[in-house]
Amino acid sequence: MRENNVMKPVSKGGILGWFATSLGRILVSIFVPIVTFIVLWQGFLFLRNSKVPQLVLVLVAIIWGVGGVALLFAVSNWIIEKLPGEWTRRLQPFVFVGPALAILAWYLVIPTIRTFYASFMDANGFHFVGLANYVYALTDRIMLEAFRNNLLWLVFGTSFSVGFGLLISILTDRTRYENIYKAVIFMPMAISFVGAGVIWKFIYEYKGTGSGIQEIGLLNAIVLGLGGHSQPWLDIPPWNNFFLIVIMVWLQTGFAMVILSSAIKGVPAELLEAARIDGATEIQAFFRIIIPQIQGTLLTVSTTILIFSLKLFDIVRVMTGGNNGTNVIANEFYLERFTFGDAGRASSIAIVLLIAVIPVMIYNLRQFRESRAF
Amino acid sequence: MDTTKSHSFKQQKVLSSILVNGILILICLIWIIPTVGVLVTSFRDSQDIFTTGWWTVFPHRTYVITGTIKLPKGTDANGPMSIPGIKGQYTFDQLRAGVKTSDGRQLIWYGNKRTLQINEQKLQWVGFDTKLTLKNYSDVLNNANVNYTDANGNNVSRQGDNLLGSFLNSIAVAVPATIIPILIAAFAAYGFAWLNFPGRKLLFTIVVALLVVPLQIALVPIVQDYTKLDLNGTYLGIWLAHTGFGLPLAVYLLFNYISGLPRDILESAFIDGASNFTIFTQLILPLSVPALASFAIFQFLWVWNDYLVALVFLGDKTLVLTVTLANMVGEKGQDWQLLTAGAFISMMLPLAVFFALQRYFVRGLMAGSVKG
Repeated sequence: MRENNVMKPVSKGGILGWFATSLGRILVSIFVPIVTFIVLWQGFLFLRNSKVPQLVLVLVAIIWGVGGVALLFAVSNWIIEKLPGEWTRRLQPFVFVGPALAILAWYLVIPTIRTFYASFMDANGFHFVGLANYVYALTDRIMLEAFRNNLLWLVFGTSFSVGFGLLISILTDRTRYENIYKAVIFMPMAISFVGAGVIWKFIYEYKGTGSGIQEIGLLNAIVLGLGGHSQPWLDIPPWNNFFLIVIMVWLQTGFAMVILSSAIKGVPAELLEAARIDGATEIQAFFRIIIPQIQGTLLTVSTTILIFSLKLFDIVRVMTGGNNGTNVIANEFYLERFTFGDAGRASSIAIVLLIAVIPVMIYNLRQFRESRAF
Repeated sequence: MDTTKSHSFKQQKVLSSILVNGILILICLIWIIPTVGVLVTSFRDSQDIFTTGWWTVFPHRTYVITGTIKLPKGTDANGPMSIPGIKGQYTFDQLRAGVKTSDGRQLIWYGNKRTLQINEQKLQWVGFDTKLTLKNYSDVLNNANVNYTDANGNNVSRQGDNLLGSFLNSIAVAVPATIIPILIAAFAAYGFAWLNFPGRKLLFTIVVALLVVPLQIALVPIVQDYTKLDLNGTYLGIWLAHTGFGLPLAVYLLFNYISGLPRDILESAFIDGASNFTIFTQLILPLSVPALASFAIFQFLWVWNDYLVALVFLGDKTLVLTVTLANMVGEKGQDWQLLTAGAFISMMLPLAVFFALQRYFVRGLMAGSVKG
């Protein structure tokens, strides 16, 4: 009886009608993705090959890129919702997370495995060379110099950025013009490392000695004004490393300041009040109360900047190209792969970088597991 | 006694406020002067840039030429010379370095030995330099040949740069490379937060683990793939690369936000028969605007300022601002009038975005700093 009821609409139109509507549906389901694909593919070819004015090209690119992704989501969801209910429920989550997972797999997960594999192969990836690349990455003179320099960046870059950030956030907490000061310190965060490179190269500009030569670099002008001699600051190892580190401190202090400042504002006022009533000096209050209270934030800020200085590339590349004893790991990676064409050595250097961040990765995972039931 | 105490307390407060503000002003000056130097230089005439420091555009006291003395013809510049109207005799080297007279004038030899000309200078106040120009900007923007005079008075001609083209390329790279990862990450965050599927927890743990993976790890294999797929130098290639490298943080941040949205809103929408897709587009996206905006600014600045990814995947085929500017540093390291104008063009948009939307940016930073 029941079955009859269900079958009724079908039998009304006849089996042929049912077949026609289903076929129509299936055809549409196939047709829509194909049209989508053709439209997107034509867009890609147009962008790659066409010679229209650049402004038009840029606009088309933006619309095509953003619209294309939205369209892909809409179409794949549309297909999934055409399926029987049970299948929709089962497959829909993958419409949502699938693209992200696919891209993460293609761009990060699988490359890690492939890079690991390539690190045991020769320059072109044809022959197995065992640990030779790692011997190079860990013992070669060039790499040892890069490690030493990265250590300088890690230690001095991080401590000065965090130190200045802390000092400034403590001081701005006690003034009315907090936002103005903060905006100034924070501004370099919007500037690219290449731009910062130009800015600081100009500061360090050196013209040499000779009659009638005016130093136009600020640092040399100051040194001359104080009665010293002008110097080619970026050519004197090992000090040139510190002149480069100054740039990173200039860029990263704002980041440390913003995060630490909000942590300091979170320190309970009663706690500080109580300490002051008990006769604690400001310095005691800082070391005994504020520092312990913001410990966790200090740690995360420091590790963020630490990882940043480990991967540092742009500043060295633009300012010195890694010459005169300023090479760093990430620059050596770039040189090996893109200048000398040695994929094996470059891969082993990348793996060394990865191993260096593994402690932080484990810490993050542990934090994540503790933070909340998923 | 009470009043004197409160008085001294007040005094101390004023003193400490002056001290705090003094230190902060000093630090801020140090922080902003490098950028001001570049900004000022970008508006100066090329020859001025090479002969005087940029700080000389501000009022200052310096020796200004007030007259010239012509030595009589036949004066031997190789020996000590006597100068009309000045006591004593001076050698060429002394005059070249500058001789100070008792009445505060300075005599300085002009040019080489044969000119026999001495400039008379006096210490005077000089006001703001008004000889500013926009030529440097037009030189770097439109790819025309650049002619200028260097410090020694030589005419130099250079192939100009097409920063306008690079600017447009940067926009074509940065806008989709900001929106695409946000869109994909928002879908994924909704999936992880509100949908149930096998492997959900494991997959999200992998996302967290990927937060700190250095992107160098991916460059070698992805360049191989791109060569096979002919994606090197294409917009699509770099969008996808930036999406891949930005996704872990995007998914993580948006998950934290979306999973925190009140459960009952979603449940009532479900009961009303809305599909997941409708709930996501009609409800979740509008509710997540603050989180989306924070990450958008973060990602936009990151992509706009990125050098490494653009260098590797776009190279010289499609030049973005950072790559063009870095090339300029390599080729025209001494042409400060071009470099400073170029640097400023590359900084304009991010600085504007940054100051307009600072509040969102800071919020994004705070949320992102958990990534360690």
